[in-house]
Amino acid sequence: MTRAQFQYSKKVLKHFRNPHNLGKINDPSGIGEVGNMVCGDVMKLYIKVKNNIITEIKFETYGCAAAIATSSVITDLVKGKTIDEAIKMTNKDVIDSLDGLPPVKIHCSLLSVDALSEAIYDYLFKEKKEIPKEVVSRHQRLIVHSS
Amino acid sequence: MKKRLVYLDYAATTPVDPRVIAAMEPYWGKFVGNTMSLHSQGMRASAAVEKVREIIARSIGAETEEIVFTGNATESNNLALKGVAEANPLKKKILISSIEHDCVVESAKWLAGKGYEIKEIPVNRDGLIDFEWLGRELTEEVLLVSVIHGNNEVGTIQDIGRIGSLCRAKGVLFHTDASQSFGKVLIDVKEMEIDLLTASSHKIYGPKGVAILYIRNGVAINPILHGGGHEGGVRSSTVNVPAIVGMGKAVEVCQNIRISEGQNIRKLRDKLIKGILDKVEDCWLNGDAKNRLPNNVNISFARVEGEGLLLELDVRGIEVSTGSACSSRSLEPSHVLLAMGLTAPEAHGSIRFSLGRWTTEAEINYVLRVVPEVVAKLRKMSPFKK
Repeated sequence: MTRAQFQYSKKVLKHFRNPHNLGKINDPSGIGEVGNMVCGDVMKLYIKVKNNIITEIKFETYGCAAAIATSSVITDLVKGKTIDEAIKMTNKDVIDSLDGLPPVKIHCSLLSVDALSEAIYDYLFKEKKEIPKEVVSRHQRLIVHSS
Repeated sequence: MKKRLVYLDYAATTPVDPRVIAAMEPYWGKFVGNTMSLHSQGMRASAAVEKVREIIARSIGAETEEIVFTGNATESNNLALKGVAEANPLKKKILISSIEHDCVVESAKWLAGKGYEIKEIPVNRDGLIDFEWLGRELTEEVLLVSVIHGNNEVGTIQDIGRIGSLCRAKGVLFHTDASQSFGKVLIDVKEMEIDLLTASSHKIYGPKGVAILYIRNGVAINPILHGGGHEGGVRSSTVNVPAIVGMGKAVEVCQNIRISEGQNIRKLRDKLIKGILDKVEDCWLNGDAKNRLPNNVNISFARVEGEGLLLELDVRGIEVSTGSACSSRSLEPSHVLLAMGLTAPEAHGSIRFSLGRWTTEAEINYVLRVVPEVVAKLRKMSPFKK
């Protein structure tokens, strides 16, 4: 079924074929893992934080072209940003950077934002830093969702 | 590695055979005429259609008047289920297999909404129906049993002769969707005791827009299209003469070369299956290895998602299909693979390669070089490791 392919933008396919920041970070400051095998998308995002700045970010994703492309593009968007800036990232930013997504794939962009938020939560939690409300509530929603 | 264009989606649709195009050619303009017209051109059109009806009837051991032309296999399957239900209001129970094509599943659901009891015949891991279950559930109260002959996704071929005789003994009507098997596997509706059979043109190198429903003499059926009373009143619509002529030619070609073509394609199929299973770790064949359409290869790759694999193969010119949820509109994985007992992740990683008349050994060799490379690339991206 190549129907989906006709609906993907060139940017999505570009990121899918040559994803940026693929792989894992060995001693990450935080890890975010979201999605599940039943729905067919699992994203794992690793961040390295220095002086409140995300200096390094990598991902591993099991999923469709949109899942891989959204993972790839969010690493581009976030790299070099402060934690506060990264928290403000929305799925609209991800979709816009990919020149749009087919409607049925919008959930992939949400997944990438969730993965980032979880990585930040993991980092702040481990560092015993104050965790902003929106990050906590997202974390709680994801836990409820995955159990 | 030089990129080639390798079409391996013949189960989705086939290119039209040049012999079929040539046979259809005069019917676009030179031979006009509506089959219902009484003038000479009308009679010629009608004669052409009747000749094809005979070719198709003979190819499955049916009587000429038992063949009804429809617009497509979806329509044939809708007509079989809804038309039989309408015409036989006393019985309200229908059995379908759990691996039917969507058009049978959705027709059955529609009937369930009208008060029919629909039960699904379970299948085993290879996609073969559970005869023990059928033996228990098949009572005189059942109106119709519908089981797909050659499964479109996994290629498993059911023993339809056995189902037919079980149904006949109980006075139950038996319909089979033979869209994928017709032209490839021998079918004899009398010997197999089939009451209704769907066959399509565009799966056998004929044009799209025409299919048939075989309806055994004596089976009561109501039309779902009402109008000018074409096709013995069962299917009103202006008769699609060029397409029917094309389907007739396509059937003739299939009959002439069925055995040799089947052998060639089966050989390439087996080479592809063996090659992938040998070269790629953690993958397996879906569907029965022996009772299998000669052109179907369906393989699940662990830790790989099907849509990604499909697109990566497409970049390299290889066109296939997948049962992954990500490529379906519903975001649900293939109901066929789930019915066979695969888990959702196992179904997500499935790819169907379907071979055809113009598949070559060089193409299969190319696919065998590309698939391991692409699977490795996607597995590297995945957070799941061995």
